[in-house]
Amino acid sequence: MSSNKIRWSSWLPLVPALALLAGILLVPLGKTFVRSVSNPDLTLANYEHLFTDGVTMTVLGRTALTAATVTIAALLLGYPYAYLMTRVSARTRGILLVVVLIPFWTSVMARNFAWIIILQDGGPVQSAFEAVGIDDVVLYGTTAGVTIAMTQVMLPFMVLPLFSTLGAIDRKLLLAARGLGSSPTAAFWKVFWPLSRGGVMAGVMLVFTLSLGFYVTPALLGSPQQSLVAQLLAQRTTLLLDFAAAGALGMVVLVITLVLVVWANRVGGTVSAIGVVATSQPKDR
Amino acid sequence: MTRQTTVEVTGSPRETKRGTEIRLEGVTKDYGLAAPAVDDISLTIEPGEFMTLLGPSGSGKTTTLNLIAGFETLTAGTISLDGADVSDVPPHRRNLGMLFQNYALFPHMTIAQNVAYPLRQRKVGKQEIARKVAEVLELVQLTGRDDTHPSKLSGGQQQRVALARAIVFEPKALLLDEPLGALDRNLRSALQTEIRRIHREVGSTFVFVTHDQEEAMNLADRIALFNNGRIEQVGTPQQLYAEPETLFTARFLGDSNVFELGQADLGGAVAWEGESWGVDPATVAAHPGVGKGSAIVVRPEDVEVAAGRDAVPVGANAVRAAVRDVEYMGSYRTLLLTIGDRGLFGRARVSALRGDYAIGDDVVVWWRPRAQRIVAA
Repeated sequence: MSSNKIRWSSWLPLVPALALLAGILLVPLGKTFVRSVSNPDLTLANYEHLFTDGVTMTVLGRTALTAATVTIAALLLGYPYAYLMTRVSARTRGILLVVVLIPFWTSVMARNFAWIIILQDGGPVQSAFEAVGIDDVVLYGTTAGVTIAMTQVMLPFMVLPLFSTLGAIDRKLLLAARGLGSSPTAAFWKVFWPLSRGGVMAGVMLVFTLSLGFYVTPALLGSPQQSLVAQLLAQRTTLLLDFAAAGALGMVVLVITLVLVVWANRVGGTVSAIGVVATSQPKDR
Repeated sequence: MTRQTTVEVTGSPRETKRGTEIRLEGVTKDYGLAAPAVDDISLTIEPGEFMTLLGPSGSGKTTTLNLIAGFETLTAGTISLDGADVSDVPPHRRNLGMLFQNYALFPHMTIAQNVAYPLRQRKVGKQEIARKVAEVLELVQLTGRDDTHPSKLSGGQQQRVALARAIVFEPKALLLDEPLGALDRNLRSALQTEIRRIHREVGSTFVFVTHDQEEAMNLADRIALFNNGRIEQVGTPQQLYAEPETLFTARFLGDSNVFELGQADLGGAVAWEGESWGVDPATVAAHPGVGKGSAIVVRPEDVEVAAGRDAVPVGANAVRAAVRDVEYMGSYRTLLLTIGDRGLFGRARVSALRGDYAIGDDVVVWWRPRAQRIVAA
């Protein structure tokens, strides 16, 4: 499109950021890639190994499943919460915002140790279940416990993009739908939900991709027998010093993430890095 | 899910030449503020009538429309459509079309999908939908844009789509909430003509909310003038302009010269700043003297201007005035006047051809007693 032509000088302010990105991201990423395919000769052995070692694929599958569960849980909790935020007074909205941001502001370690105390054997959660006659609820050291803690951490990343999208939807559209013969439920599914899809995609992508790379929470709350991808990466770099194998695994995770982002952009509008939806309106064909 | 039972889908809008009677009885909406937003309103809108709810902002006209639509719940009173009480019926089962100021088109749907929406909600067959959508888009003169999204259309075009969507399902009545408020002057006038034409062709009851008195007079069969949650007066535009009952009505519709009389005896002559004026009994409104008293209202076009008292005909009511400013309006001039001892602000409309008036000229303004109107102040 001719209207999108930009003069080269308007790129100048981007130079520092691009230089920084090249220095600290692209160069190391390139080196990691080169190392993952050299032995020192060109080889795909490291990649073959990922599929054949019997561990990596299991861990990747478990990680994807955990990330998906966290994403769905965060969406189910976050959507009504964000909706409520658009409907209350400015004062209440401020309070709700603070509540959702508190995990954001709390130190990662403090949060995880708090979860250990809550979920551990003999802790309040287990006691509560025992009180109602359900014994043997073990959350500490399990994927279930990791999922619960990760959902809490991820909630702001779901709520914030949803809030900005839901708040921008014109409430008159719901009245219009009611007037045109839709029940409140039908008006929600036919009008409100489609218009909120951009925010949903942004939140889902943020939470899912961040969850894929989660390290501290699974490391502290999970168990080595049920480790996730980030733990596997840490193990291969810090314990086994097998940088080539770790690099190959990192590349695979990166490709998975990129594929997801591209797919999300196609189905749900433009998702920017901070998760704000640029447009919720479909493009004209 | 319970849903509206079958809706009559045969025949085009053009063939349905009857409207619905909308009756409001003792309608009240109280948000718990100092005064109710709508305060005990009773109004019957005749089948097929074009009724305009006119009033300043905060007068309760939009709340009344939302009550008819079902978007607000009644505090007291009843609303019935063709005699059936719908006070407790939710909006999606009232079968009323609604037009909003900001169009409220669904941005994620095409023009055709927007217009088809009410038909889809009513489970109308696919071919029937296609036929009706094409027909109604032709009625609003917007064909060939079916697959466009609303954001690609101008404001006027968007409101045409909204209009098509609001009438395509042959609602019992069409409710219009300041639908032209966001459009510029020329477009507004073009769409007013358009809405009148569609009202004639569709023949259903239209209830139109506006704060623009010119728009109300131009469009309506009858106007209900709202003030402070109550209806001040209901009547044809001519009635409201020529025979206002209250000072509020006289002031809201058109310009007027207002002479407040206080608690005056309206039997023979009345006094205003030492002048004695004749009263024509036919020009006295139904209930003058209530509240603060009464006032004489004279429209600027009914006021004559003379150089001195000797030029005033016998039997006319006259008062001295000074010319404060002259507005040249092309076919006429408006003299802005300072009337009487205390400098009351007034206006007189005179022919552009007749005489030159300079700022500061002392004149006498006069009018026939039958040209004035005595209203409740």
